[in-house]
Amino acid sequence: MQLSRTDLTKAYTEMRTIREFEERVHKEFATGLIPGFVHLYAGEETSAVGVCMQLNGVDYITSTHRGHGHCIGKGCNVEGMMKEIYGRQGGLCKGKGGSMHIADVGKGMLGANGIVGGGPPLACGAALAAKQRKTGGVAVAFFGDGGFNQGTTLESMNFASVYKLPVFFVLEDNGYAETTASTWSIGGHNPVQRAAGFGIPGERVDGHDFFAVYRAAKEAIDRIRDGEGPQFLHIEFTRYYGHFEGDAMTYRPPGEVNDERRYLDCLSFFRARVTSAGLLEAKDLDAIDREIAQLIDGAVTKAKAAPPPPATDLTSDVYNSY
Amino acid sequence: MSKKSFRQALNEAMRQEMELDPRVILLGEDVAGGMGAKGEQDAWGDVLGASKGLLPEFGRERIYDTPISESAFIGAAAGAAINGLRPVAQLMFVDFFGVCGDQIINQMAKFRYMFGGKATTPVVIRTLCGAGLRAAAQHSQCLYPIFTHIPGLKVVVPSSPAEAKGLMIAAIRDDDPVIFLEHKAMYDDTEEVPDEPYAIPLGKARIVREGGDATIVAFGRMVKFATQAAAALEKKGVKCTVIDPRTTSPLDKTAILDSVSKTGRLVVVDEANPRCNMATDVSALVAQDAFKALKAPIRMVTPPHTPVPFAGELEDLYIPSPATIEAAVSATVSYH
Repeated sequence: MQLSRTDLTKAYTEMRTIREFEERVHKEFATGLIPGFVHLYAGEETSAVGVCMQLNGVDYITSTHRGHGHCIGKGCNVEGMMKEIYGRQGGLCKGKGGSMHIADVGKGMLGANGIVGGGPPLACGAALAAKQRKTGGVAVAFFGDGGFNQGTTLESMNFASVYKLPVFFVLEDNGYAETTASTWSIGGHNPVQRAAGFGIPGERVDGHDFFAVYRAAKEAIDRIRDGEGPQFLHIEFTRYYGHFEGDAMTYRPPGEVNDERRYLDCLSFFRARVTSAGLLEAKDLDAIDREIAQLIDGAVTKAKAAPPPPATDLTSDVYNSY
Repeated sequence: MSKKSFRQALNEAMRQEMELDPRVILLGEDVAGGMGAKGEQDAWGDVLGASKGLLPEFGRERIYDTPISESAFIGAAAGAAINGLRPVAQLMFVDFFGVCGDQIINQMAKFRYMFGGKATTPVVIRTLCGAGLRAAAQHSQCLYPIFTHIPGLKVVVPSSPAEAKGLMIAAIRDDDPVIFLEHKAMYDDTEEVPDEPYAIPLGKARIVREGGDATIVAFGRMVKFATQAAAALEKKGVKCTVIDPRTTSPLDKTAILDSVSKTGRLVVVDEANPRCNMATDVSALVAQDAFKALKAPIRMVTPPHTPVPFAGELEDLYIPSPATIEAAVSATVSYH
């Protein structure tokens, strides 16, 4: 599959944006200025970008605890995201949701989710509405290897199957549900076969390879748009940080993350592939890196300078007569 | 006796009961941690570390890490209880009750009654609750009123480390399903906690301090705030009784009614959202059974009827504070 220069640039830019965003949030979190629970997506960029590049304005996604990458993939504004993560005015959710609930419904991003398995039923609903309203839209349910064992996810796969809903079920298997290894927790050890049990075709791809994810996602979403019903994708990779910021990751063998970063990094792979094939120039990619570093730096500066939400926001946006 | 944190007190309660009774098992997500992984086992000892250190002593035959499948393992706890074990299941955050509500509300709560008294369900569900950690709308709720509404469940809301230990031991020894709500903002609170095992009876309130001017009934972390407010009020000459019911179900009605019959003034402090919460429940009890004793309208101190906001500035406004409790007491004592 040959991607255009424009698409390659877009893919790199978005993956780089996610990486830079997450690395910076990691750094800023350590200073104590970011409140609450933060779950970072670094290492998993191929999924959000490879999948969301197949989507457009009528499509919806549901996300997980680890939602920043999905937001960026679906086109959310990074400054609005950063302000949200800092709990400030101008945040995508007015500072009322935070990292774990970051959302932009107008962009088709139905929210990061604090409840494991919370998203897939919502994706089914979005898909049902798309089908009924004939928008041509699809819904993508991103969930982790933890979420793959929730009843809600399995019920959603069945529901989507019987109604042939335009849902793309994307299992982001980063190896650990919190501290628990996915090689243990997924009974049967064969997610594709599990999906097949619901009558949903699927495949497994190496998540370190953007092109593999992109191809599989494109083929699956093309089939969904052709009316073939739900599809499934099992993406294997790793996360570079803990379950949440502050997790010491002692359950991982020493050196695991370093090795992944050194030998299996999706951005390094992408860069090597496109430069060696002469598709993009290293200097252009360097320029993108610099541009994104500035973009994220600006977002952090603006987020830190933004005022906190006004007290009146405490009781707005909810039926409250008490 | 030595100083222990809320976390250590819970750990000691579970350890002592597991040593005493081989039927006691733990199960839940990462209650040990590292299951199937190549690194450290017992990596977390649950998300806030309350069961850390139990795996080396009791092994994976007694401590079950589970997949993220709340319906399955909470329901399995009920099934194991009906078949002779005494499971302590950890529902990581009480908000996740939304995932497994059926197994709690329709299954374990109903067994003893629905089966004509022929089944017991000695399950404890340990679960984290409460705001204050910027954990936002899906990890900060105080859902104990929902469980209190369900006949067949006992509901414990401990207010300090020593309380947590004695109440946890009582919960494990109890033959009914017990929902045990641990406020996460209290985990590092410390106080003197007896070393030996002891059980605090479920359904018997604690009178934290006594005073004749007003009664403050508070739950969980709010007991601490109410006590701080009472101390501040005492300096201004207002003496309050602070009652910690310890359990919302059963509720020690007698302790509350006796106190209000002496003071004639009641403030109820509840971190749960204000509609159909413990504040309304206690208020209704007093309005019905101690109406003649009342010298002033009952006051309820609660958060607003909103989800828990993320931004710190908003969350701080959301949570009742010693100052808001003090203001409510001042208003009731100055009512004529």
